[in-house]
Amino acid sequence: MAANSVEIKNLDLSFGAVNVLQNLNLQIPEGEFLVLLGASGCGKSTLLNCIAGLLDVSGGQIWIKDHNVTWAEPSKRGIGMVFQSYALYPQMSVKGNLSFGLRNAGFRKAEIEERVARAAGILQIEPLLSRKPAALSGGQRQRVAIGRALVRDVDVFLFDEPLSNLDAKLRADLRVEIKRLHQRLKNTMIYVTHDQIEAMTLADRIAIMRGGAIQQLGSPDEIYNRPVNKYVAEFIGSPVMNFLEGELTGAGFVSGGETIPTEGYTWADGAGTGPAWLGIRPEHVASGADAAKKTYTTEIAVELVEPMGSDTLVWCQVAGQPFHFNMDGQEKVAPGDRLTIGFDAARGSMFDKDSEARL
Amino acid sequence: MANPATISTAVAGADTLPLDGPQGPRPRPRLSRRNIFIYGTMLVVAVYYLLPLYVMIVTSLKGMPEIRLGNIFSPPMEITFEPWVKAWAEACTGLNCDGLSRGFWNSVKITVPSVFLSIAVASVNGYALSNWKFKGADIFFTILIFGAFIPYQVMLYPIVIILREIGLYGSLGGLVIVHVIFGMPIVTLLFRNYFASLPEELFKAARVDGAGFWQIYFQIMLPMSLPIFVVAMIIQVTGIWNDFLFGVVYTKPDTYPMTVQLNNIVNSVQGVKEYNVNMAATILTGLVPLVIYFVSGKLFVRGIAAGAVKG
Ligand SMILES: Nc1ncnc2c1ncn2[C@@H]1O[C@H](COP(=O)(O)OP(=O)(O)OP(=O)(O)O)[C@@H](O)[C@H]1O
Ligand SMILES: [Mg+2]
Repeated sequence: MAANSVEIKNLDLSFGAVNVLQNLNLQIPEGEFLVLLGASGCGKSTLLNCIAGLLDVSGGQIWIKDHNVTWAEPSKRGIGMVFQSYALYPQMSVKGNLSFGLRNAGFRKAEIEERVARAAGILQIEPLLSRKPAALSGGQRQRVAIGRALVRDVDVFLFDEPLSNLDAKLRADLRVEIKRLHQRLKNTMIYVTHDQIEAMTLADRIAIMRGGAIQQLGSPDEIYNRPVNKYVAEFIGSPVMNFLEGELTGAGFVSGGETIPTEGYTWADGAGTGPAWLGIRPEHVASGADAAKKTYTTEIAVELVEPMGSDTLVWCQVAGQPFHFNMDGQEKVAPGDRLTIGFDAARGSMFDKDSEARL
Repeated sequence: MANPATISTAVAGADTLPLDGPQGPRPRPRLSRRNIFIYGTMLVVAVYYLLPLYVMIVTSLKGMPEIRLGNIFSPPMEITFEPWVKAWAEACTGLNCDGLSRGFWNSVKITVPSVFLSIAVASVNGYALSNWKFKGADIFFTILIFGAFIPYQVMLYPIVIILREIGLYGSLGGLVIVHVIFGMPIVTLLFRNYFASLPEELFKAARVDGAGFWQIYFQIMLPMSLPIFVVAMIIQVTGIWNDFLFGVVYTKPDTYPMTVQLNNIVNSVQGVKEYNVNMAATILTGLVPLVIYFVSGKLFVRGIAAGAVKG
């Protein structure tokens, strides 16, 4: 049995009368890369700050490496944290920034030198060691911030939206670097973001949060293919999933006079009935000749076209409801064209109309 | 930003494209109504403030016979530094006839420790209040701010009694304590707001790095706070140097600060009024805050420029 690196038990946190986190439980095995994903204000940073010990919890426990650290100082928890704004000490050189934590912990000079050199080597910031943070680019600053956690040889890395201040290209580069770093160090990492691409690419497991509670915890694949409720389904995937409103009957999913067969769908808890949502990802819709292979086909009129290079997003109506799907970017379509499209409800997700839970 | 693509094609098409209408920098006539008004007003205000200073300097350089002629605006016919020497070293107040120099050194002995202590304590206060949200911090802060609004007069006598009880009444030490206490609310507020404006993540990062209360204060906060220290210093030095009320109430003639001594020289009833000595004494007393402004004004700007760099 793999030991849990971080364990959160019945965690409560409130600011005065506002309950931000309620009875939150989370087990993170050794070496896992866990991404906390959620909309702004859902409590991701708060949870991370609780794990780091920067916020006093209102209830519950936090365990790191089988130690109850609920009351421990941040520096005694074996965590390193990387912040969105980098939070480099502006008056210290890069080297000063890297060694600050070690000096506080009373390490010997030689040991400090060695560790700083090693971290600088890993992050390729050796030429920058004598510079002040103001003389660094955003990407370099973030690397130094990661280095600050690296030198301390911590068990758990905490990242709070480390890449969201960077431009798109740099973000993609550093994302790969962080992934590489994780593969090399094999530390437990908890990473907060609201960028779903980051979440999908980096995570071993993703925790989708909403209003201070974890909605779903699972591998990126699970979250993408089998979202537990409509919120998660909507949150993950770009372009966003299509939702058709209708009714589940013995014949299939009936919506706007159309009947969409549901055979082959893996029900969560026996075949569902009654009012429901059918969610279909735009990339799972086939058009043209391929459409015929699908269990449901229909003819649509193109309303709007959004070319995106590799793909073209086409807007139309299905069963009288707005619908969009991806086509090959090389296909020529124009508003007004009529196309045959098809999809398998079995690849989609169905949610109860009231509870919005997966059926 | 302009679109560089269109600009370059335009230039390539025709060497100089003829442009109609307004182009280039907008012309600004030197002698517009607006400029005349602005500079005229500033001139009047400057003269208004500088004229008294001119009269003081001119008068302080004249001998008494010349002053009695009555032309206060005319420059001295015969420049003499006698009044300055007298004001500094010979003017009599009460029993002492060693001029303002005694008061100057008293004021230095009052101002330096008061400024140092009040800034040291208030900056730590402000740091603790903004970063270490300890239990009761809000109440503590409210009380402190409330203290800033209590008129000094109300507390004059109780403090006399307190100082007498602890045996500091009449001494410079007592006055220093009074200045430190009365400067506390405003300077603490100043520091609290400044520290609150520094990024919170910096403080968090330092805590994760294992720095304690004093390490964060000295190694992270202090180096980032030069501008606010200069501001606090200007406020405190001028406030304490110019103080008259506390000086006259809590010290004895021997330990009077410069302002009180100046008053005693200027308002002395015996003998003839030596206007030139009075003018010289007044300028001498005002010199310290003036120098502080000039010196730290530069530092202040530099401090702000240094602090403005994002980390
Ligand atoms: N000091 C505080 N006092 C009161 N409420 C707070 C405080 N800090 C955070 N909150 C509230 O807690 C909730 C969660 O905040 P948190 O910063 O954890 O959100 P987040 O998920 O990190 O959002 P973002 O993606 O924008 O960073 C928010 O609704 C916020 O208003
Ligand atoms: Mg956040």
